[in-house]
Amino acid sequence: MKKLTTPLDEKTVRSLKAGDQILLSGVIWTGRDQAHKRLVALLDEGKDLPVDLQDQAIYFVGPCPARPGEPIGSAGPTTSGRMDAYSPRLIKDCKLRGMIGKGGRSDAVVDAMKQYGAVYFAAAGGAGALIAQSIKKAEVIAFPDLGPEAIHRLEVEDLPLVVAIDSDGNDLYKR
Amino acid sequence: MTAIKIDTRTPAERLRLIPFDEIVEKTAACCFEAACQLPADVLQAIRSAAEKETSPLGKGFLEQYIENAKIASTHPMPICQDTGFAVFFVEMGEMVKVDGGSIYEAITAGVAKGYKEGFLRKSIVRDPLFGRPNTGDNTPPIIHLTLVPGDKLNVILAPKGGGSENMSALKMLKPSDGRDGVVKFVTETVISAGGNPCPPTVVGVGIGGTFEKAAFLAKKALLRKLGEPNPQKEYAELEQEILAKINASGVGPQGLGGDITSFAVHIEQFPCHIASLPVTVNLNCHAARHAGFEL
Repeated sequence: MKKLTTPLDEKTVRSLKAGDQILLSGVIWTGRDQAHKRLVALLDEGKDLPVDLQDQAIYFVGPCPARPGEPIGSAGPTTSGRMDAYSPRLIKDCKLRGMIGKGGRSDAVVDAMKQYGAVYFAAAGGAGALIAQSIKKAEVIAFPDLGPEAIHRLEVEDLPLVVAIDSDGNDLYKR
Repeated sequence: MTAIKIDTRTPAERLRLIPFDEIVEKTAACCFEAACQLPADVLQAIRSAAEKETSPLGKGFLEQYIENAKIASTHPMPICQDTGFAVFFVEMGEMVKVDGGSIYEAITAGVAKGYKEGFLRKSIVRDPLFGRPNTGDNTPPIIHLTLVPGDKLNVILAPKGGGSENMSALKMLKPSDGRDGVVKFVTETVISAGGNPCPPTVVGVGIGGTFEKAAFLAKKALLRKLGEPNPQKEYAELEQEILAKINASGVGPQGLGGDITSFAVHIEQFPCHIASLPVTVNLNCHAARHAGFEL
């Protein structure tokens, strides 16, 4: 297990190899397809994004509502393939360095990861209760109308991840 | 001589009334239980897979699922943030009358209450194409209602997550495609789904019937106790053959490689048209959740 803390610079990201087991700490941002669609629309319009994604990581998750007194509800990864249409743009234009989800990615995403330096982590899909224990704080920072799909700022401690696709294009989903 | 007992009650008097609110409460509790308590047979399948899995990454994921089930059950907190579309299989005795509304209304009200009060995620949009506004209470549920003899009400809830549902497939095979065609279609569907449906999966297969009946069969197959074989020998053998082919693929837990891609293949078959051979595959993630009640 390798410990890693955000923000993630290009050098750090390029040093990660497919198969590495990671415990990630620091601030990460949530986003699913609806949030990604809006982010890319803002880029198209030349407007500022609600969060600066440079050297940041996005976690593809739509959590359960938090019970009173708790930071978040169950919060495992969703299928990353639904973000494939948007991720290359965020990697290229915003220097997004990390994505966290489940399932394989398209060639276009992997190409962008190789070219600009980004990494794709797999979290344990269907282990939302376990993952929630690593999330210490959560707040909505953009698109609250999207409910569970709003962009949240998460503070995580030792979030268990696997490097599924590295910045050289090594891909554990391809056999 | 045995005396013949004649029931002198009128049909109306023979009806058994079940209060509307009782169904609402039971349904709400059922939603929460299904979300947080992994059924014992599923947990056992994960444990035994964790022992057998030779890929260290795969084994690591399976161990996380065991720990996750424990946290979910004791906290309590949903096993998965995708608390699913609420899919119900209801067997209603023909002598049952819901007192105060319809069975559909009672179950729908129970889902709204259970998802709201249980802090479960609301994952249903009112319109599939335009705007996709969230209904806010996870309604409507999908209710498969069957009328049966008697005066009991049996309700099973199988909440269905989007990740595994999205990897499901249907194909109208030619009868000449036969057994080999079924093996090929099911195996390819599961393997090409890769890590998306959160493997190890349970593979529900429907063979026969019509277009919509076959889909229903595949979903119903997911309710069977995990790994219990089809009662008909040829189908039980087919289940084992497909499972072996799937697990030889190396997709593994979460699609990152390993020996265990699926826990079980469950086939349900039905008579079909002389011209047809419908085959459906409905995948369930490793968190194969269900709960139920009888009144």
